[in-house]
Amino acid sequence: MNSRIAFWNILKKDIRNYYLKPPNISWGIIFPLSWTLMQLIRSPGQNVLELLPGLISMSVLFGTTSMLAVTITFERSGRAFERLLLAPISLNTMVLAKIAGTVLFGIFNAFVPVIFASFFVDLSAVNWGLALAAVLMIAITSALLGLLIAVSAEQVFEAQTFSNFFRFPMLFLCGLFIPISKLPVFLRPVSYCLPLTYGNDILNGAFRGANNLSLALSFGALLAFLAGLFIICRYNISRKWIL
Amino acid sequence: MLYVKNLKKTYGNLTAVNDLSFDIRKGEIFGLLGPNGAGKTSTINMIIGLSRPTAGEIILDGIDVKKETKKAQALIGVVPDESNLYNEMDGFDNLCFSAALYGMRKEERERKARQLLSRFKLDTAGKRPFKAYSKGMRRKLTIAAALIHSPKVLVLDEPTTGIDVESSRQIREMIVGLKEQGTTTLFTTHYIEEAERICDRIAFMAEGQIVASGTVAELMESITHSHTVRFLINGKAEEMADVLQSRFDGVEVKSESENSLVMVSERRIPLFPVIEVFHENGIEVYEGREVRPSLEDVFVKLTGIESSVLKKEKEKGGGR
Repeated sequence: MNSRIAFWNILKKDIRNYYLKPPNISWGIIFPLSWTLMQLIRSPGQNVLELLPGLISMSVLFGTTSMLAVTITFERSGRAFERLLLAPISLNTMVLAKIAGTVLFGIFNAFVPVIFASFFVDLSAVNWGLALAAVLMIAITSALLGLLIAVSAEQVFEAQTFSNFFRFPMLFLCGLFIPISKLPVFLRPVSYCLPLTYGNDILNGAFRGANNLSLALSFGALLAFLAGLFIICRYNISRKWIL
Repeated sequence: MLYVKNLKKTYGNLTAVNDLSFDIRKGEIFGLLGPNGAGKTSTINMIIGLSRPTAGEIILDGIDVKKETKKAQALIGVVPDESNLYNEMDGFDNLCFSAALYGMRKEERERKARQLLSRFKLDTAGKRPFKAYSKGMRRKLTIAAALIHSPKVLVLDEPTTGIDVESSRQIREMIVGLKEQGTTTLFTTHYIEEAERICDRIAFMAEGQIVASGTVAELMESITHSHTVRFLINGKAEEMADVLQSRFDGVEVKSESENSLVMVSERRIPLFPVIEVFHENGIEVYEGREVRPSLEDVFVKLTGIESSVLKKEKEKGGGR
């Protein structure tokens, strides 16, 4: 059985059916754009490069978690997801194909603030390779968080509610707009238990060389989160989707 | 082709399927008949790999479904009770996508999709979004999607429930046509007459168990211990009942009306000698035939479930 054909077609179907739909495209552009504009207006004196990592992290986090959680829950409630479970492809192939679409959507989201910022600031000093790697890792871990939600939620509104339960605290705890050093002492350990902290720190390094943690530690932590989340998702999927 | 042994499924304290065993031969049409909650869908879900058995064995074409679920799924085409296709996609794309899930290449899946659209008379609807299809068309396309990879076993859950008469007829013809091509079919229904019409063998399910199974004739035989013949004549039925009673040993004769009488015996009743007696007495015989119980009678007798229960479910037009 050619799993590659199935993988590619699931990815293509998701992009066509969900990610390229006008509401999602506009959401993917308007959401990061409005946050970027809001931050720029709110802090006129602040360096755009200081804001950019946080805006990128937030755009990826919101784009990926909501899309995967909502699309899977939507397919499950309409029973179309059953078709994927009945196909002779491994659960890993199916899950990876679903994640791949969301990751691409997350990357698209990430570069909306970058394109917008390019009109205001010189980005020639940015380490794009590192930035792309960080965006990719944030997108994958966030997609896995979305998947974790999708496994538990029965309805689309549940998926959205659960997503916010994860996402909003992460906005404040992961150093996106408030440095972790300025958080109350008791909250700082929580920050280091969240994958976005590490992804955002790498982005700070890529955009202005201001990472607090070593790149090796951040990538190592993200890889550990990625593997851990994948194993938990995989376990939950086989427990909850195949009754 | 399919061998199910001591299958059991529990959800907490509820036992949905209890020690179920049956087998289906290659090319056979096997019907699971029972009311809602009998365990039909739970059984099917275990066979198609959507649910894990609590205990028991399922062997499909030599493959242990519990251990090699994905390998077994490659051989099965599934038509669920509700469509599981994508509303946003058109008919043709839905079929092509289903084919891709089975690893079929582009040219092959497009060729097969066109072929199936034509076979189900959906050619013109192929480019319409699935959400714009009527209920009958949706069901036909769902069946087409299940057939896209030419499965050895086709599993249909309530395939004709809630759809128009013409579509139901086409689906029944399709199932019979597939049998001729060697496809093995397992389907659930609560339409007794449908099961009687197309199934080679039927199993009656109630409370998670098979209460009886066999061919229609075997099932009828299981509750019929006497033979009844009804005659329609041109009159004097009461008088003729006495005449026949005196002429045939071991036979009980009762008149039902002026023009109708029945003969009941432990043995089969040959018609010709009886007709001769009528003739001798100047009586015209319009009809003489053995009265058999209907499959519905058998179902009621064996399951203890009133056929009205099934009828109500039928009227609701759904359920498992």
